[in-house]
Amino acid sequence: MRSLRRFLTRLFNSATRRAQEERLREEIEEHIALQTEENLCGGLSSVEARRQAMLKFGGVEAMKQDYRAERGLQLIESLLQDLRLALRLLRKSPGFTAVAVVTLAMAIGANAVVFGVMDALILRPLNAPQADSLYGTEYGVDTGFQSYPNYVDLRDRNRSFDDLAAFTFAFVGLDTGDNPSRAAGFATTGNYFDVLGIQPYLGRFFHSSDEHGRNSAPYLVLSYAYWHSHFQDDRGAVGRVVRLNKHPFTIIGVAPPEFRGTLSFVSVDFFMPIVNQEQVNGENLLDDRGNTHAVFETVGHLKLGVTPAQAVADLNAVGAYLEKTYPKEFAQKSSSLARAGLTSFGRAVRAFMAGLMLLAGLILLAACTNLGSLFAARAADRSREVALRLALGASRTRILRQLLTEAVLISLAGGTVGLMGSIVLLRQMSMWQPFPGAPIHVPLNPDARIYGVALVLALVSGFLFGIVPVRQVLRTDPYQIVKAGSTGRVGRQITLRELLLGVQIAICAVLVTSSTVAVRGLARSLHGNYGFETRNAMLTFTNLAMAGYTGDEVLAMQKRMIDAMETIPGVERVGLVNQYPPLIYAAGSRVNIFKEETRDRRPSNIASMPYRFDVSPEYFDAAGTGLLSGRTFSWHDDKSAPAVAVANREFAGTLFGSVPDAIGRYFALQDGTRVQIVGVVEDGKYLSLTEDQQPAIFLASLQLPSSQSSCLVVRSHRDPQQLTAAIRSKMRELDAGLPVDISTWNTMLDVVLFPSRVATVSLGVLGAMGAMLSITSIFGMAAYSVSKRLKELGIRMALGAQRKEVLQAALGRAFKLLAFGSGAGLLLGILASRVLAFIVYSASPRDPLVLAAVVLAMLLLGLLATWIPARRALSIDPMMLLREE
Amino acid sequence: MKQKTDVLQGTLALMVLKTLAVLGPLHGYGIARRIEQISGDLLAVNQGTLYPVLLKLEQEGAIASDWGASENNRRARFYRLTREGRKQLQIETQGWEQTAAIIGRFFAVKAEDLS
Repeated sequence: MRSLRRFLTRLFNSATRRAQEERLREEIEEHIALQTEENLCGGLSSVEARRQAMLKFGGVEAMKQDYRAERGLQLIESLLQDLRLALRLLRKSPGFTAVAVVTLAMAIGANAVVFGVMDALILRPLNAPQADSLYGTEYGVDTGFQSYPNYVDLRDRNRSFDDLAAFTFAFVGLDTGDNPSRAAGFATTGNYFDVLGIQPYLGRFFHSSDEHGRNSAPYLVLSYAYWHSHFQDDRGAVGRVVRLNKHPFTIIGVAPPEFRGTLSFVSVDFFMPIVNQEQVNGENLLDDRGNTHAVFETVGHLKLGVTPAQAVADLNAVGAYLEKTYPKEFAQKSSSLARAGLTSFGRAVRAFMAGLMLLAGLILLAACTNLGSLFAARAADRSREVALRLALGASRTRILRQLLTEAVLISLAGGTVGLMGSIVLLRQMSMWQPFPGAPIHVPLNPDARIYGVALVLALVSGFLFGIVPVRQVLRTDPYQIVKAGSTGRVGRQITLRELLLGVQIAICAVLVTSSTVAVRGLARSLHGNYGFETRNAMLTFTNLAMAGYTGDEVLAMQKRMIDAMETIPGVERVGLVNQYPPLIYAAGSRVNIFKEETRDRRPSNIASMPYRFDVSPEYFDAAGTGLLSGRTFSWHDDKSAPAVAVANREFAGTLFGSVPDAIGRYFALQDGTRVQIVGVVEDGKYLSLTEDQQPAIFLASLQLPSSQSSCLVVRSHRDPQQLTAAIRSKMRELDAGLPVDISTWNTMLDVVLFPSRVATVSLGVLGAMGAMLSITSIFGMAAYSVSKRLKELGIRMALGAQRKEVLQAALGRAFKLLAFGSGAGLLLGILASRVLAFIVYSASPRDPLVLAAVVLAMLLLGLLATWIPARRALSIDPMMLLREE
Repeated sequence: MKQKTDVLQGTLALMVLKTLAVLGPLHGYGIARRIEQISGDLLAVNQGTLYPVLLKLEQEGAIASDWGASENNRRARFYRLTREGRKQLQIETQGWEQTAAIIGRFFAVKAEDLS
C-alpha cells in the first residue's frame, strides 16, 4: 500500500518537475542561510561562515541527484532526459541523422522484405489444419509427378498415411453463360478436402463417395477469390451450372478464403474432381499407368507416430512392388517426402531464400559496422564533453546510456521507415502475377511477424552500433582530456573499425560484381541463340477442347486456323505445335525412345529420353529453326504415310554418331512404332535457358492422335499490338466461343527468365544498397580522418607540403582500404558468379566488360565518397588553423 | 556502499520521525541541528543527505510539509508528523528496540556460554 502510494506520488512528481526543483532549491538556500547565520554568531567572517555552511551541507549536486532519484521515477525520467538530449543532438547534425536513418531504413527494409517473402513461402505452413504432418510424396529425385493408377496403388498399399489425396492442374475455358474465359484450377481426388480437413465456406465439397468412375462427378468448387471476383459474392452461385470446356458442371460450394490450394505459390480459381479430367483434358489419363504426368502431387497426413523416414521406406516398398508387377510401365526410383506446399521446388526456393536472407543480413551487418564507426567518430569528437560530464560526477553508465539512447533512437527511426517501405513493396509484390495465364501468385501479407522482425532487427542493430564507442567512453580519462584537449591519436595500428570497413567494401564489391554479372547474363540471354528465333514471333494458344472439338474436327479446325492466320497481311509464316512450343513454362514433355532392334521395351532399355514436340510442316520456318540436313515435314506426311521425325543435332549425335549418319535411320517409340529420321535441325534450348544441351525429337502432328491443345507460331514483322488484334478478330470469325491467348514469344520467355530476373533484380537492389553503404562509410572515415588531422595537415602545409602530399596524408588510408576491399570483393564475386551461372543464362564473370564495370564502379564510389573530405583537406588555411588552437 | 546508505537512511528516517514527535513541526535545518546535537557526527559532514530522506517520508505519508515563517521570519518549509507517521514511529521504535536487544544479547554472549 505504502509503496503504491509512493509510486503514484512519484509519477505525479515526474510531471510537476519544475515546481519541485524550485522548492528544493529554496530549502537548500534556507538551510545554508540558517547555518551561515549560526556560524556568524560563532564569530566567523561572513565569507568563511558561508563556506563552512556549504562544506557542512555536503555535495549539493550529488544530493540533488539522490533527491531526484527519491522523488520521481528515475529510470523513466532519465530516459526522457536522454531522449530529449538525443533528439537535440540529432537535430543539430541533420546530415548525419539522415545518412544514418536512410542507411538503416534500407538495410532493415531489405531484411523485412526478404523475410516477408520467406515467411509466405517457407515458414508459413499451408492453410490447413495440422499442416505440420502434411507431406507430399515424390517419386524419383525431384518431382511429385506420377500416373493415376500408381497413385491408387500408393494410396491403397501404403501403411504410413492416414489417407492420400492427389491433384493436378486443370486449365479450362470456364463459361458462366456469356463470356468463356480461361481459368486455372486443380483437378483433385474426391478425398482431397477430407484429407486436408478443410470445411467449405459455402455449400459443400465433393467426397470420395461422389466418384463413380470416369466423368461421373461434374461438380465444381470455387475458390473464395474467384467467387468474389467472378460471381460478386453471390450466394446464389452455388447450385448454378457452368460450362467447363463446354461440359456442364454444377457449382456445389466455395472454399474458405484462406485456402488457396496445396501449393503455396499458386492461387487456383477452382477445384474439380480428377475423375472428370477427361472432359477438360480431352484424353483419359486415369487408366494409363505409363503416363507419369497425370498426377502433379499426392499429399496426405502421416499417421500418428510414423516418422518421415519410415514413410519413405514404406513408399519405396510400394514402388518395388509396382516395378515387379508392371515392369513395362513402371521404373522404380527412390522416393522421398517433401513438406506440402512447395513440393519439389522446396529445395531450390529454400536455397535461394537462404541466400537472399544471408545477403540481406550481410547488408544489415555492413550498415551496423558503418553506423558503429560513425558513432565512434562522433563519440571521439565529443570526448571533451564526455570528459567534462565525467568530471562533474556523471556516472559512466549514465553516459553510455545516453549514447545508446541516441543509437536506439536512430535505429528505431530507421526501422520504422524501412518497415513502411517494405510494407509498400510487399503489398505491390502481393498483387503481382508474374506470368499471364498461370495462376502463380504469392500472397504477401505484412503482419505482426514482419513488424516484430523489423523491430527486433532495429533494436539489435541499434545496440550493435551503439556499443562500438563503449570501450572508448570507458577508457576516457577526464583529467587527461580536459588538460590536453582533443588530439587525434593518429594510430599506426589497424583498428577494428578499419577492418570492418574493409570487409564491408569487400561485401559491396561482391554484390556489385555479381549484380553486373547477372545483368550482363540477362541482357545476353535476351539475344541468345535458342535454336529458334523468339523475336517477331507471336504465339496463339488455344485449347479446342474448350470449344468442344473432338476427333477429326480438331485437325480440320487446326488447318483452318493456320490458313486463316496466313491471310493476315504482313504474316510471313505460320506453324503449329501441339501443347506448347519450347521454353514455355509447360513445355518439354519427354518421350521414351528405343533402338529400332529393341524388342523388350522396358524402362531399363530406353535408349534416349529426348524432349518431344509435335509440329506442323511449317513449324520450323515459323519458329526460325535452321535445318542442318535432310528435309522437314510436308503436308503429305500424314496418317497414311510412313512415320517420320526430325531430330536435333544432339539426338542424332548420341543415337547415331553423326548428323549425316542419322538421316534415314529408324528408332522405336514405346508402343513399337518405327519412326524414320528424315531431317536434322540445329540444337536449341527446350525447358530452361541454363539446361545442358538436351536431345529433342520433332514428330509430325499430322501423323499423331490429334491434340486439342495447341499453339500457333505466327511470324511477322508487324507491330505486335496490331497483329494481336488481327489474330483475335480472325479467330473470332472462326469460332467466337473459343478462348484464345495471344502473346509474343519474347514475353512468354519471361517465365523461363523468371529465376534469372529475380536473381538479377534482387542482386541489383542489394548491390545498389551495398554501394550506398560503402559510400557513406568511406565518406565517414575520410571525413573523420581529415577532421582529426586538420592541425597536422595545417602544419604540413605551412611547412610547404604539396597538394598531392596533403591528399595522400589525408585520404591515403581510405583509398588503400578501398583498393584492398574491392580487390578481395572482386575475387570473391567472380567465385560467387560460378554459382550464379546455374540461375542466370550465360552468366560469365570472365567478361571483360563486367570486370571493367566493377572496377569503374568501385573507383567512382571512392571518388564520390572522398570528394568532400578531399575538398576540405585542400581548403585548409594553415594560418587560420594554427591561430585557432 | 549501497547497503551502508540504506542503513543510514533507515536510521536517519527513524531519527527524523522521533525528532518531529518530540519537538513538533520543524524545518529542515532544525531537524538537522537536532540530530547533530544528539547523534554527534552522523550529520556533521553531510547535512544535505537529510533532504532525500525527508522527501521519502513525505511520499510515504509519514510526514507532511507546509511553508511557514522561521524564527527570524524567513520563508521556510516546516515538516510535521502525520497520524500515519506516529503509527509508523511506534512500529519502527518497537522493531528497532527488538533488533537492538537481540544484537545486544549476541554481543554479550561469550564463548563459554555456548558450550
